[in-house]
Amino acid sequence: MTDEIAAPAKRTFGGKLLIAVPYLWLLIFFLAPFLIVFKISLSQVAIAIPPYIPTFDLAEGWQAFTDNLAELSLENYLWLTEDALYWKSYVSSVIIAGISTMLTLLIGYPIAYGMARSPRAWRPTLLMLVILPFWTSFLIRVYAWIGILKNEGLLNQFLLMLGLIDEPLVILNTNIAVYIGIVYSYLPFLVLPLYASLERLDGSLLEAAEDLGSPPWKAFWQITVPLSLPGVIAGCFLVFIPAVGEFVIPDLLGGSDTLMIGKTLWVEFFNNRDWPVSSAVAVILILILVIPIVLFQNQQQKMSEADG
Amino acid sequence: MAKKSIGPVRREFVPWESPDHPPFIEFRNVTKKFGEFTAVNDLSLKIYEREFFALLGGSGCGKTTLMRMLAGFETPTTGQIFLDGQDMAGIPPYRRPSNMMFQSYALFPHMSVEKNIAFGLKQDKLPAQDIESRVAEMLRLTKLEEFAKRKPHQLSGGQRQRVALARSLAKRPKVLLLDEPLGALDRKLREETQFELMALQEDLEMTFLIVTHDQEEAMTVADRIAVMDKGQLVQVATPAEIYETPNSKFVADFIGDVNLIEAKVVEKSTTGTRLVSVTDGFVIDSEQNTDAGTDETVWYAIRPEKVRIAQGTGEAGAVNQIGGLVWDIAYLGDVSIIHVKVGEDDHDTIRSTFANVSRMVEKPITWDDEVVLTFDRDAGVILRG
Ligand SMILES: Nc1ncnc2c1ncn2[C@@H]1O[C@H](COP(=O)(O)OP(=O)(O)OP(=O)(O)O)[C@@H](O)[C@H]1O
Ligand SMILES: [Mg+2]
Repeated sequence: MTDEIAAPAKRTFGGKLLIAVPYLWLLIFFLAPFLIVFKISLSQVAIAIPPYIPTFDLAEGWQAFTDNLAELSLENYLWLTEDALYWKSYVSSVIIAGISTMLTLLIGYPIAYGMARSPRAWRPTLLMLVILPFWTSFLIRVYAWIGILKNEGLLNQFLLMLGLIDEPLVILNTNIAVYIGIVYSYLPFLVLPLYASLERLDGSLLEAAEDLGSPPWKAFWQITVPLSLPGVIAGCFLVFIPAVGEFVIPDLLGGSDTLMIGKTLWVEFFNNRDWPVSSAVAVILILILVIPIVLFQNQQQKMSEADG
Repeated sequence: MAKKSIGPVRREFVPWESPDHPPFIEFRNVTKKFGEFTAVNDLSLKIYEREFFALLGGSGCGKTTLMRMLAGFETPTTGQIFLDGQDMAGIPPYRRPSNMMFQSYALFPHMSVEKNIAFGLKQDKLPAQDIESRVAEMLRLTKLEEFAKRKPHQLSGGQRQRVALARSLAKRPKVLLLDEPLGALDRKLREETQFELMALQEDLEMTFLIVTHDQEEAMTVADRIAVMDKGQLVQVATPAEIYETPNSKFVADFIGDVNLIEAKVVEKSTTGTRLVSVTDGFVIDSEQNTDAGTDETVWYAIRPEKVRIAQGTGEAGAVNQIGGLVWDIAYLGDVSIIHVKVGEDDHDTIRSTFANVSRMVEKPITWDDEVVLTFDRDAGVILRG
């Protein structure tokens, strides 16, 4: 009896190894760098290499280690609360990323829907077209937008030619250019998971809804949208998270008044050479991103349990 | 058709016998092509209000396609479909007074059982109270009360099927289309549900169109049965007529068990037809008049339960009497089916049903016994192909 029950719980060595791989990956490539950054964020600026103290050296012995430990402080985090620049950057980043994510969703949903509804034979080609921009460097594609959006750029030339405007629109170096840049760059990240969930949708569900008296446009909201929600959420996270910390797009397309935490961090790190403060900025950024995701997942779990 | 009563009549309901009775559903020369393939071929059919109509046929013969055209999901390539006197061309599914139970169930995975059932009622903007009571009624009917809050993926196959049934019934449509509604149920629940369906159909005065693979089910529930083959109707008649007077070898073979004997017409008279078995030479005397000419080869179809069996030797040349050896016995409990070898070839057998009325028989019929098969003049039917 005991054997029979215990047996499935025992994992083979190979099974354990398989489960260990993703954890090991996270440990090496996420947790370890995070701890290093976290430690720097507790240090103080110094004119040295690396430009902060204390630095830990295992050769100095236990006494030095504890002395060093005592020198760590939360001072940098305090500093972040004192200077309005930082929290304004955070708020502004979240707002810009949020608006961009919404815009990406508005554009990406019809694209994904159209792809999922297209004849089966076309789908690989359409998928290819969505992924195609990745074949060129991200930096070059963002640079290209400068050529399109600047005052004498392609867009303004085109609109002037059509006579829709009399004077060139000022788009470059504004937040609008940043939105355009983010939407353009991150669109595939939203379209792909969304397409995957829309393509899986069983067409007979829509027929059933129609049969029960729901016209197609209502059935879309009652059936298609709720069933594609996992794809929408995954896609939005994939856009929102990198967009919050985005540096290249606001730097190249945004104006001097475009406030984003990525830019602030860059200035802190490269111009002020203040590694501890920029590390603190990065740690807070991670917390801002991780906490809502964890809360959201908890919520989801509770919801699916409540259903059961 | 012979104008004598065949089988039990469930109720005084025979609108198809009066030519003036307006049909409720009418297919008029409907053809449906998928590319080059013809799924439904020039089919005409009338179904009457409050009729329980069954479509029977092999896999891929076009039953689902026929239903989907009625529900509005497929457009006929040519021909017309009328529902309650109205041409259905161009009317979208959501405005048709029919509901369909899908062969694949098509339950909404993100909604609980009760939400699934309530879906159609909500589209009609019924008061919340009415929706609630109707859903409760449907849950009771399909014995799903304890699963009301579950999602479809938390149900067994049979339970899902019942949800699909409840959802399609909830709106009490004028026409209910049931595509293999009971396939996943166990025998007992299936029989119960069949009777529930019949009672419901009577009570609510709805018209039911049911597709099934199970001919016993079709015989149980339906007022009339249509047997389909390759996109065409082969025979449309009451269950008893289909069983007793099939109009073709296909129908005789498709419905129930049948002995098909190849025979040659030797004599035609006003009182009937005389046939001789092609392979074994025995003589069949039938009261049926046939259009087949003398010397024409026809099929004589006779059900096993209409063939009597007794121990003994047959008289050579006697009419409707065939001697043979017991070749195989299939014991089914209530009856045994006895295969009697009547010719040289091992496969040349005729089946007879033997009712096991007493538990012990002194000298039961057993393997290799010499037996004689007899049947009446009206026991079988002559079929031309
Ligand atoms: N959309 C379609 N495109 C092409 N062929 C189709 C399509 N739908 C059905 N068919 C074909 O039409 C024929 C009839 O299909 P249908 O679904 O009506 O069969 P059925 O009688 O319901 O069979 P079953 O008893 O297996 O459900 C089949 O040969 C099928 O392959
Ligand atoms: Mg079918």
